[in-house]
Amino acid sequence: MKTRFNFSKYPGYLVLLICLYLLPFASRAQNVDLFKMQDDQNKKEKKETTDITTSIFKTTRIVNSQSIENTGAGVLDLKISHRFGMVNTGGYNFFGLDQATMRIGMDYGISNRLEIGLGRSTYNKEYDGFFKFRILRQSTGKVNMPLSLSVVSTAVLNTLKDQATSYTTHYSDHASYVSQVLLARKFGDFFSLQLAPTMVHYNIVPTTAYRNDLYSMGTGFRLRLSKRVNLTGEYYYQVQRIPGYYNSASVGFDIETGGHVFQLFFTNSTGINERSFITQTDGRWGNGGVHFGFNISRVFTVVKHKQISNDKKW
Amino acid sequence: MKKAILPLFFLAIAGFAANAQKVYATKTGQIKFNASSPIEKIEAVNNQVDSKFVDKTGQIVFSALIKSFKFENQLMEDHFNENYLESSKIPKAEFRGFISNIASVDFTKDGKYPVTVEGILNLHGVQQKVSTSGTLEIVGGKPVIVGVFKVKIKDYGITGLYIGDKIASEAEISVNCKYE
Repeated sequence: MKTRFNFSKYPGYLVLLICLYLLPFASRAQNVDLFKMQDDQNKKEKKETTDITTSIFKTTRIVNSQSIENTGAGVLDLKISHRFGMVNTGGYNFFGLDQATMRIGMDYGISNRLEIGLGRSTYNKEYDGFFKFRILRQSTGKVNMPLSLSVVSTAVLNTLKDQATSYTTHYSDHASYVSQVLLARKFGDFFSLQLAPTMVHYNIVPTTAYRNDLYSMGTGFRLRLSKRVNLTGEYYYQVQRIPGYYNSASVGFDIETGGHVFQLFFTNSTGINERSFITQTDGRWGNGGVHFGFNISRVFTVVKHKQISNDKKW
Repeated sequence: MKKAILPLFFLAIAGFAANAQKVYATKTGQIKFNASSPIEKIEAVNNQVDSKFVDKTGQIVFSALIKSFKFENQLMEDHFNENYLESSKIPKAEFRGFISNIASVDFTKDGKYPVTVEGILNLHGVQQKVSTSGTLEIVGGKPVIVGVFKVKIKDYGITGLYIGDKIASEAEISVNCKYE
């Protein structure tokens, strides 16, 4: 009668049993440490997540021209752009403040990548409409994208009354189109640069000596002066110029106030839409032919972000 | 003969089970941020909060990406990221601490248990001690942690002209996390 288990016969069992008894103590010694887990996770995430660069520019325009920024999805942006007269018109015109050209426009963000806009300018009684689509977004992390890239297409319709001509005019003669590629990069928090190869197409030009397609290269920058104030500037170099017009150059400040951005600047362009300021800038910086101007932007949230509208449930 | 050894095995395994820790986790926790003043409504919500806690030790961790805080006003969100929280430099906010009275929670029984949480909040790269009370509710065996606490914005090195004026000087942080 052998009822007792003989461990000496099976030393393996003994070892296993001791191990099992010790296991709880071993695991107690190796308690789950969430802090350490979090550290490891943070290290891993750094490599695996993509951080999209935001606020390359402070608003959707640099001064006159489109910046790489889009209006957020579901946000309506009412823009009032105002240019006084030329400073060199002297004291009689109170250095330009007696006169004004304006554009009233509305931009809307359909998605975070697509923005559309409509506007009406007093200069040449023009209507303009555009869309801007973001193709590449500057980012760091898993996806390392060195720059942002957008395309902009603008159509401008001049509604001045037709003058009597020897040839028949068509309504399409009032239209011109602007196509742009925007390339922008933010270098740290303080400096951003943008390049904008541009083509302006006129449906009709005065004589055969003029070109219908005009090419130019736009440049723009933003320099942060403080948390709320940025210095901005832009310059459009035209490869071919319409005689009597100059290259557009502007410099100004973006001032952020709570819900909106206020822009104050000097520019030698009178017109405010792309066609006007790129190819029909009539002032010259050299002799004081510049305008003081400002852009006011007021944003309205039309469609709330999904995350916020769902939030009301609890 | 060999049967005699079985109870010994069971005893060993029981000892192991009694000491096992369970980690409850979520990646879709919610944190709301409210720094509204009488002049302006400043509210944001983050529905992608990563949080874990251990049932035995009460150790608890919250981790939230600053960029995942969504505002109604896009520009406000940009300012929040760029001017105040500087999320490009400090992308995350973290809380690491302990539920000090975790022993009073019976994870097998549905019900509401008041809990006290103490730990370190790391916000805008500044670490501050935070102590708050909330509730841990067991619903169908799954814990839900709800709590509200206030932080003084200036304690975290966040500066700006509007703090204390358009922006409340104390922000209210509401937490609501359902764990699995």
